[in-house]
Amino acid sequence: MSSVSLRNIVKRFADFTAVHPMFLDIPEGSFVTLLGPSGCGKTTTLRMIAGLLDPTEGEISIGEQLVNNIPMHKRNLGIVFQNYALFPHKTIHDNVAFGLKYRNVSDAEVKRRVEDVLELVQLPDVGSRYPNQLSGGQQQRIALARAIVIKPDVLLLDEPLSALDANLRENMRIELKRIQEKTGITTVFVTHDQSEALAMSDKLVVMSEGRIEQVGAPKDVYDNPESSFVADFLGTSNIIDVNCESADKSGVCVDAKHLGSVCLPREKARNASAGLAAKLVIRAEKLYLVAADTPSDLRSSVEGVVETVDYQGQAVRYFVRVGDLQLQALNMIDNQPFNEGDTVSLRFRPQDCVALKGEG
Amino acid sequence: MGWSIIRVWTVAVYLFMFLPVAVVVLLSFNDNQFGSFPITGFSFRWFIELWQNDAILRAFKTSIVLGALTALISTILGVLASLALVRYKIPGRNLISTLLIAPILVPEVVLAVALLLFLNFLSFHKSFLLLLLGHVIFTLPFVVLVVQARLVSIRRDYEEAAMSLGANPVQAFFQITLPLLAPAVFAGMLFAFTISFDDITGTLFWKPGGIETVPTQIFSMLRNSISPEINALGSIMIILTVGLPLIGVGIARRIAMKQH
Repeated sequence: MSSVSLRNIVKRFADFTAVHPMFLDIPEGSFVTLLGPSGCGKTTTLRMIAGLLDPTEGEISIGEQLVNNIPMHKRNLGIVFQNYALFPHKTIHDNVAFGLKYRNVSDAEVKRRVEDVLELVQLPDVGSRYPNQLSGGQQQRIALARAIVIKPDVLLLDEPLSALDANLRENMRIELKRIQEKTGITTVFVTHDQSEALAMSDKLVVMSEGRIEQVGAPKDVYDNPESSFVADFLGTSNIIDVNCESADKSGVCVDAKHLGSVCLPREKARNASAGLAAKLVIRAEKLYLVAADTPSDLRSSVEGVVETVDYQGQAVRYFVRVGDLQLQALNMIDNQPFNEGDTVSLRFRPQDCVALKGEG
Repeated sequence: MGWSIIRVWTVAVYLFMFLPVAVVVLLSFNDNQFGSFPITGFSFRWFIELWQNDAILRAFKTSIVLGALTALISTILGVLASLALVRYKIPGRNLISTLLIAPILVPEVVLAVALLLFLNFLSFHKSFLLLLLGHVIFTLPFVVLVVQARLVSIRRDYEEAAMSLGANPVQAFFQITLPLLAPAVFAGMLFAFTISFDDITGTLFWKPGGIETVPTQIFSMLRNSISPEINALGSIMIILTVGLPLIGVGIARRIAMKQH
């Protein structure tokens, strides 16, 4: 196990810059996720850590060691590929034992370690089979077993769950996290799936267009997005252009047109300054629809008309028209969902909102 | 109505193609001393005479050695060329690829004369080595085509996975890529062997005096008379050049089936 650190990493392909100067520390034993849409540079970053790509500039260290000039096969990494990449001509046992061949491990030790790791991934009896005789989820477990049996310093996971179907993916997610916690291997996970990223990570790195947008614990990043990209990419948010009316140590008030004046605590509006444009972020699940005649409570309230109802079983997503704004609200179904055309009251707590610095 | 015409036509085409071959095989077992119809009895005598004919045996040996060496060299070069073309971003990749395939497109006579003139210019004399070189040039494109097609379909992930587990690039090649490539390597090798074994045009130009391959031997025998031995030799060549690739394809399919 080792920490990983990226110092001023840049990757350019001809005249395209895939990764802009980037600093990242991955603490020993942690589970760090690189999250972003395709083309954001997350896979490029992972491949540079792996040694499959050379950074154009900057330094990559694993533990105390600078690895820029160390070829991949000497880096002692475990990699799980998107398509598993199990060797089709070798049995499961030989696949898992492959890395041990290059590590001076005695035959008895190989046997014991392969058995142990197959036990760990809950597939103890498949050693003599070939990869094509296993299901996708089983192949996934074997790929993981093959990567961790060599006791790697760092485990790199490149969208390992994306080839599985939805139910299996959720099970594997829990399984993967269990195995990571049990082995304590420093793990770098690349995904474009935000629910995987939120559920599994100790530390979340949101990337966009080759840059890091925000780094933090999943809950911090989700609750306090620092840019409208993060607010928009994680979950569903209403992002409204507003003007900042006043800002002092205790709080910030913004004029949100149809929503009236909204006053947020200071820690929810770190970068807003009085008199400038700002953006108000309201999470769709923090915007509650109630019948128009419900007595008012402590929350801000505004009237709107339901335009579209997107029924999802346990929850329902509404598109509500308020003046020239269309707002999204994601509510659990309590009694009876509202219908299209209903006039409703929209309520939210100002402290659930985030105000960002306006752009431009 | 329309279909039955097509059916008859198809049968006619196949008859036209395979009847002469069948006749050769049939006549090779004919007792008649002129090597033609009528069939007077069943006999192995032409095969026995063939076995006792030193010139033919020598030609046979030459062809086998030449074919085997051609197959070996062509396959090694072809695999290396395919690896370079598919796995590495070398400048002028398309041009090199086209040039490697070109010997198939250039008429063989032109290729044969060109190589001969070129080596004359360098004042090399005709030799077995020249003959071998010619055959390698001529069979290399087939190996490259077959191996390249297979290599493209082998994902880089496998090699990357092997290297991430500690194999160096050479170990990754022999442990992972080559076994996955084996069916194509095998097929390419058989192609090279049969093409070399069959070749006459280039061979006539390149072979040094006193050396005959099976096709040139048959050719020179035909100039005197049609000996029934030639029918027997034809039968053996058919078995070799048809049988070998069939066996090869069978083995290749076996290997491939185990993998997928």
